[in-house]
Amino acid sequence: MTAYLAQRFLIAVATLLVASLVVFAVLEVLPGDPARLMLGINATPDAVEALREQMGLNSPRPVRYLDWVAGMLSLDFGRSYTYSVPVIDLVAERIAVSLPLALISLVLSVAIAIPVGAFAAQRRGRAGDAVAMGAAQVGVAIPNFWFALLLIYLFAVWLRLVPAGGFPGWSAGVWPALKALFLPAIALALPQAAILARVTRSALIETLGEDYIRTARAKGLPFGAVLWRHALRNALIPMLTIIGLQFSFLLAGTIIIENVFYLPGLGRLIFQAITQRDLIVVEGVVMLLVATVVVVNLLVDLSYAIVDPRLRTR
Amino acid sequence: MKPWKTFAAAATLTALSASAAFAARADLVLGMPLEPPHLDPTAGAAAAIDEILYANVFEGLTRIGPSGEVLPALAESWTVSDDGKTYTFKLHGNVKFHDGSTFDAEDVKFTLDRARAADSTNAQKGLFAAIDAVEAVDPTTVKVALKNPQGSFLYNMGWGDAVIVAPESAATNKEKPVGTGPFRFDNWAKGSAITLVKNPDYWGEPASLDRAEFRIVPDAAAAIPALLSGDVQAFPNMNVGDALPQIQSDPRFKVVIGATEGETVLSTNNKKPPFDQLKVRQAIAHAIDRKAIIDGASSGLGTPIGSHFSPANKAYVDLTGTYPHDIAKAKALLKEAGLENGFSATLKLPPVAYARDGGQIVASQLREVGINLEIIPVEWADWLSQVFTEKNYDLSIVSHTEPNDIDIYARKDYYFNYDNPAFDKVIEELNLTSDDAKRSELYGQAQKILADDAVNGFLFELPKIGIWDAKVEGLWENSPIQANDLTKVKWVD
Repeated sequence: MTAYLAQRFLIAVATLLVASLVVFAVLEVLPGDPARLMLGINATPDAVEALREQMGLNSPRPVRYLDWVAGMLSLDFGRSYTYSVPVIDLVAERIAVSLPLALISLVLSVAIAIPVGAFAAQRRGRAGDAVAMGAAQVGVAIPNFWFALLLIYLFAVWLRLVPAGGFPGWSAGVWPALKALFLPAIALALPQAAILARVTRSALIETLGEDYIRTARAKGLPFGAVLWRHALRNALIPMLTIIGLQFSFLLAGTIIIENVFYLPGLGRLIFQAITQRDLIVVEGVVMLLVATVVVVNLLVDLSYAIVDPRLRTR
Repeated sequence: MKPWKTFAAAATLTALSASAAFAARADLVLGMPLEPPHLDPTAGAAAAIDEILYANVFEGLTRIGPSGEVLPALAESWTVSDDGKTYTFKLHGNVKFHDGSTFDAEDVKFTLDRARAADSTNAQKGLFAAIDAVEAVDPTTVKVALKNPQGSFLYNMGWGDAVIVAPESAATNKEKPVGTGPFRFDNWAKGSAITLVKNPDYWGEPASLDRAEFRIVPDAAAAIPALLSGDVQAFPNMNVGDALPQIQSDPRFKVVIGATEGETVLSTNNKKPPFDQLKVRQAIAHAIDRKAIIDGASSGLGTPIGSHFSPANKAYVDLTGTYPHDIAKAKALLKEAGLENGFSATLKLPPVAYARDGGQIVASQLREVGINLEIIPVEWADWLSQVFTEKNYDLSIVSHTEPNDIDIYARKDYYFNYDNPAFDKVIEELNLTSDDAKRSELYGQAQKILADDAVNGFLFELPKIGIWDAKVEGLWENSPIQANDLTKVKWVD
């Protein structure tokens, strides 16, 4: 077990190191001068040069790379070129939107997917299965921005129950903030739930074919109890893998939904930073996301060990 | 209490609450597509900065009014010496910055000296280039000496980049702007909204609104539901696309289509063969059908232009007939230039709808006369370095949104690579002229030279599509300068 953990941990550190090199190198070759972009087409060359100097863009590359990595180790991600505030502050503001949104969506997704998947597995080949899996197929196929627009027209424009978009901030109170996250969470959760439901169903069906299930049934356990207590637990590994991937996606890959609901989340921060050549923000946020994915994967690996006792002895 | 007293009290209460309900609304949420990178108009070119702060939070010596005219602002009056080289500004007394510090001549001197200093990062440093010295004569008098007379000096001082800042707050204006205007900065929720509140101690006529929120709505598909649901009550310039007729037919909203200062041009590299030949540029001008481009790239809105000048300006001359759409003529001109078999070139397009859509149409129009364009989409940052800075391009499409910027054609080394001493002379004379009628005439001459030389393909003036609640009044119809002046905005019933 310790060896298993140590190995996982070393892989995580190596991943981060390689990622930092790749991120830095890729952004270095990106064309465009951030200083010129900020000052626009009417600026005089000496004003642009003065700004480049201020932004520290004139020092050699290896120096900037080492400065950057050393800074990150002490949790100093530098200052945004465009906003001129610490990157970590920008990220903290955006995380306050993205993290709750990702968690709500994930909970919704799991809460929908597991019962639907189990229901379909229980009625394998029957009408209920066909209906549930048909619905899941539609859920996978619907583009989430289109679904989001439908939700907006129904709940915001027509019924006027929730705002059409925007985020008032947590300082405006928990309820208004949650209201603003309600539609985006649904729009994000549904396609994820559809995918997870299909995985749940197939994992359950596979487990239900195992010998110990037959034994459990033979000793007189009702089918429902076998399904929820024995089969589901053994089907958890593929499900956890998917949930881990979905969480990473929900945290960073929600840029389209953030645009439709004009939420100030992480996805939009990266997008804006790239178009404005705010490289230091891009670098910092990408590294944080890489770190998050690495940590989530580590946690998923750990949870395998909790779910499956056989892994603990390895 | 006797019954009639109860009744009277109840009636009074009802009257009170009724009057409260009828009191005009005093808050407004405006939508804008781009978030400003920071909030200091003197340190960045992003239009979004001025669109929030100009005239609302920050004021200059002069200001630009709704029709592009120069109005007094912090300077209540001024005199110009006979040689046109010394401007003496009389400042308003009793003006305070939002942090409570007093505004006086020293702040003006600080601002102008800071903007023209060697380490200045002012995006329009050129506006201050003519200044030789600034002297604070007394707290309400400033004397500005120019190196040479500059006819546009008072106009220049009305730009957002020339607003007056205080030495105490200049360094922190990016995050917490401190000006002298009728609104104070309240809050910036990054990525979401910027809020201004009324300045109770304003020196001039107070604003009607108590609170104004600029909400960032980047996506057109999101902007429409935001408007329909009432979340956002005004989009001063909305990228509305196909939904315009739907909104126009809705009585809850006012749709006001005005002009901007954005001359959309087919930028041409005038030094690169074959574009260095006048005949080739004339052929391109004849090949272009402006109406088709406006229909396809700007939903049919926008005024055709024949030179680099805004139709909203009083000095505008309509030169769209200089080289009318005529394919036969275009082909003949190419033949005269020795290119009867046509040629190939590149068209680099920045990521804005008018350029990307307009580029397709221009390419198909030029193909009809034998010019094959390879379309290369580029990002803004890329456009700025490849096209603008390195001049590594043949053709591009871009809107030049700076107001009154015809003088860019006289700049050496500007990316058009245009060089015409006759034009430079007109601009030089314009700089030395402050008489309005004479200036208009010179502007006319300048427009004519550019049109005749077919320096760029002159396409159309970008429209300003303003959409707001029918009960909101006082927003600008045109945008002679990048601003959303809220000083006269109010709700009416």
